[in-house]
Amino acid sequence: MIEIQDIKKSFNDKEVLKGVSATFEDGKCNLIIGSSGTGKSVLLKNIVGLIQPDSGKILYDNRDFTSGDKKDQSEIRREIGMLFQGSALFDSKTVEQNIMFPLDVLTDMSKEEKIERVNFCLDRVGMANVNNKMPAEISGGMKKRVGIARAIVNKPNYLFCDEPNSGLDPQTSMVIDELIKEITDEYGITTVVVTHDMNSVIEIGQKVIFLYKGLKLWEGSNKDITHSGVKELDDFVFANRMMKEFR
Amino acid sequence: MKSLGKFLIFAGQLFVRRESFKTYVSLVIDECIKVGYNSLFIVTIVSVFMGAVVTVQTAYNLVSPFIPDYVISLVVRDMTVLELSPTIIAIVYAGKVGSNIAGELGTMRITEQIDALEVMGINSTSYLVLPKIIASVLMYPMLVVMSGFLCIYGGYLTSIATGIISGHDYIYGIRYEFIEFNITFALIKAFVFALLVASISAYKGYFTTGGALEVGKSSTAAVTNSCIAILLADYLLAQLLLG
Repeated sequence: MIEIQDIKKSFNDKEVLKGVSATFEDGKCNLIIGSSGTGKSVLLKNIVGLIQPDSGKILYDNRDFTSGDKKDQSEIRREIGMLFQGSALFDSKTVEQNIMFPLDVLTDMSKEEKIERVNFCLDRVGMANVNNKMPAEISGGMKKRVGIARAIVNKPNYLFCDEPNSGLDPQTSMVIDELIKEITDEYGITTVVVTHDMNSVIEIGQKVIFLYKGLKLWEGSNKDITHSGVKELDDFVFANRMMKEFR
Repeated sequence: MKSLGKFLIFAGQLFVRRESFKTYVSLVIDECIKVGYNSLFIVTIVSVFMGAVVTVQTAYNLVSPFIPDYVISLVVRDMTVLELSPTIIAIVYAGKVGSNIAGELGTMRITEQIDALEVMGINSTSYLVLPKIIASVLMYPMLVVMSGFLCIYGGYLTSIATGIISGHDYIYGIRYEFIEFNITFALIKAFVFALLVASISAYKGYFTTGGALEVGKSSTAAVTNSCIAILLADYLLAQLLLG
């Protein structure tokens, strides 16, 4: 379980996060949603330690990630897998080398064990036999899958996904969503997904946190989201014509 | 002052939370190929032509019958060892390797590859930058030694081809009153310049923000700042060690 307490973050004079508290539960897909510029990605970067919050606490299973101890932070980070918005695959490495990278650097596994694990992960994300391709040779959707494979290769306890569907067609988006959900259920990990895609909310949002102008306005499940009673959330959920008609 | 402080913090990060020694060995070898082996062609071309031009121009200026011919090659030798090979090649090195380092790290930054390393618990500064600096200080002095030989050899070929001075006189001048410390001085300069180019370029690339345009700006800034740092260090070293 990941718990964030009163996270505040400003850039120069602009206050992006104005005291956000939330709990991300084990074995669930926890979604952070909101319009562009509400601080979703900043919150995610605070949680994974890419940005230091100005104040507040982040607890990973009661271990303080904001204590300032680099060694503790490093240990927690080794339990984290992350899928980036642009996949963030290393350009100079093949698909296999990309996925094997965390194992190379963080473990003492033998070459055979590492290859076996890489092939298992590639197979798991439906990307068998692309080991020797370079990132530039595969499509955006394939890159996301490889990104997921890299994120799970070291058996993480926490999986973070920043806009996993950005730049993908609706069908591929659904495949990625399903994959994230399956992996979360299969390994019982804590998954946190930042998205503004309503399809994702409906498909995988077991727990949803709605951010608005740097504040958490609502928290609940995808089943409750259409009748939250929060005007800002309704405006977000029923933004397109089809949803308005559905409403 | 703020930039200097940021640079010093960045330099300090190189030596904390490092990965295993084995990891760095393979990274340093890769970087040695990139910064050293891949620079051989440009260094060879520049050095040979530099030697040729310096020989012709020195001969053009030394027209007095009281000055023996071998002085031409003596001047070529001292200019090559003291200045041309360590400094001019450093400017070329900054243009090639410096811009490459800044471009590579800048692209990694804007495409979140550096963030990916950090999230994995890897000290990205140490993992990405330290091997580049080590490779640079290992390879650049070697390039300077090679450049020195080629520069002097370029002058020799020109002397033979154009008949400015005889081969015998050229060799005599090269060996005449040779000061061994000049080689040490050239290698000290090479070490300092390599350190400056790699660290400044890495710093500029590592802190790139924005998009493709900013990566280009970082590369340009890396080359410009490296060149200024090289010239300043060149003067300081000359004053300290020869003054």
